[in-house]
Amino acid sequence: MVDFLAYPIIVLSLLYAAWAMVAVVRDQNPREPFVIGAGVVELLLLIQMVVAFVAMIIGDGPSETALFVSYLLFAVLLLPVALFWALAEKSRWGTSVLVFAALVVPALVVRLQDIWEGVGGV
Amino acid sequence: MPAVRNKGPGRLLIAVYAVFAVGATSRALYQILTKFDEAPAAYVLSAFAAAVYVVATVALTRHGAASWWIALAAVVVEMTGVLVIGTITVAGVVDFPADTVWSDYGRGYLFIPLVLPVFGLLWLRRTGRVLNR
Repeated sequence: MVDFLAYPIIVLSLLYAAWAMVAVVRDQNPREPFVIGAGVVELLLLIQMVVAFVAMIIGDGPSETALFVSYLLFAVLLLPVALFWALAEKSRWGTSVLVFAALVVPALVVRLQDIWEGVGGV
Repeated sequence: MPAVRNKGPGRLLIAVYAVFAVGATSRALYQILTKFDEAPAAYVLSAFAAAVYVVATVALTRHGAASWWIALAAVVVEMTGVLVIGTITVAGVVDFPADTVWSDYGRGYLFIPLVLPVFGLLWLRRTGRVLNR
């Protein structure tokens, strides 16, 4: 599908997870830089969504459209909801939520690629 | 002082449960709506697993003794489910035509379905102590 976006999203998201993991180990709250970092990853996810929708409209999309769109929405909603959930917890456990969410994002992006290419079933 | 299940480690636990609840629910809905005839038993099981995750997530988030018991029941069912379905699928006793979250002990999900109920039980034990005081 949109390989030029998938790889940057995966790499950035993993870097973000590692960065947040360092903060967890050092017993730090989810602080402002992590909001900005999540915003950067989220921006790429939103661009990916728009590109995917445009590609589906003008060209050939995945055969399992509903499945693809549900994963797409999940990927876009995950970080904002995780931030909301994480920021209310003023401890390392709040930051750990961000680590988890940032690890789920690459998994979702890989699934999106698979569904787009019609690999495997559910 | 009520037991606070959605603070500290519970924050992360609930986040993981929530992702599984949303993921399993949408997956089960998709399976049942688009291709139920292919593997009815597996898809019903998918829906059941999804319901267990939803109940566990909600119960863990809420305060009070009743929610604690509901969460405990959900996590025990979840653990039983992943062990039974995991064993059945690994041993190949029954030919499962389609994957569920619990197939092969949740291998398709990095075995998180297998360890999640363990952490769930540990967390409930810890918050339960406060509750029963």
